[in-house]
Amino acid sequence: MSELTLKHPGAMGAENPPVSKDGSAGHFYMTREHHPENGTLLGFWLYLMSDCLVFAVLFACYGVLGRNYAAGPGGAELFELPLVALNTALLLISSITYGFAMLEMQKRRKGAVLMWLAITGVFGAGFLGVELYEFAHLIHEGAGPQRSAFLSSFFALVGTHGLHVTFGILWLITLMVQVSKHGLVAANRRRLMCLSMFWHFLDVVWIGVFTFVYLMGVL
Amino acid sequence: MSAVHDHDSHDEHHDDDHDGGGMHATFKGYMTGFVLSVILTAIPFWLVMGKVFEKPSTTIMVVLAFAAVQIVVHMIYFLHMDAKSEGGWNMLALVFTVVLVVITLAGSLWVMFHLTSNMMPGMSPQEMRVAP
Repeated sequence: MSELTLKHPGAMGAENPPVSKDGSAGHFYMTREHHPENGTLLGFWLYLMSDCLVFAVLFACYGVLGRNYAAGPGGAELFELPLVALNTALLLISSITYGFAMLEMQKRRKGAVLMWLAITGVFGAGFLGVELYEFAHLIHEGAGPQRSAFLSSFFALVGTHGLHVTFGILWLITLMVQVSKHGLVAANRRRLMCLSMFWHFLDVVWIGVFTFVYLMGVL
Repeated sequence: MSAVHDHDSHDEHHDDDHDGGGMHATFKGYMTGFVLSVILTAIPFWLVMGKVFEKPSTTIMVVLAFAAVQIVVHMIYFLHMDAKSEGGWNMLALVFTVVLVVITLAGSLWVMFHLTSNMMPGMSPQEMRVAP
């Protein structure tokens, strides 16, 4: 008790004897570590920022190598914009449905949270399905990652984003099991908020991908 | 030991009271963000697919501007960013990251802009003589 309330009894006691005489003097010092309101959320935000740097490097790589076709096919021949528009719509809708899950979480409605999370997962899986179809189509056409520097950097960038979505869906399923087993306890709410940030962050990265890679690629 | 116990219960209480901390999610906020995002996504796709502008460079500039605006919209309405969340540390980390991202992207593109021509054999008279 005493070592918790008084940080430096030896050093400070000699100069200020009245303060350290009784136990209530603790309020004079920092008796507890001052935690920010949501340490976890700040920490997770810092992780997202470092993830942002990973994507920045991949974007820079694509920006440098994106026009080196090695006499192979370029973006204008390969990319199908209707497919990309469908993908963008799926990811954007999954973002708003996750938002609805967060709103239901604030109202503590477990069933509705699980329903919106499931819908988010379905849209996320749809996004992945379309992306995998696109990848399979490209590789089938002989435009795999080993064809040219352009395609290597394309698969690295879009593939990394797809991997993030994959792990996001795994995390989503894990949290659905957690919520259905333990309910909307404080720990689960914190986890849902972290996944919310992750999911919306992936949508932000996708804005960069469809603009920088697909739209500018076909021009 | 009562202090330790007090600390724990305080945390629990804290968590229950301030649900969401910096996140003040509302239905209106999410819908505003969603509608803005749909508009800001649809216009660039229409510009590119409909070949609205003659010059590709104009299209690129406009499309990049739309992307920048949409990223800000997502940050505000979906990620609930403002200058006050987490006592300003969120914003500080974001600003620092944006600076690093800009340096990484602009620096790489600028330095490597002439990569292809500089790496091609026969780019200089000396190399012309040495090249097979």
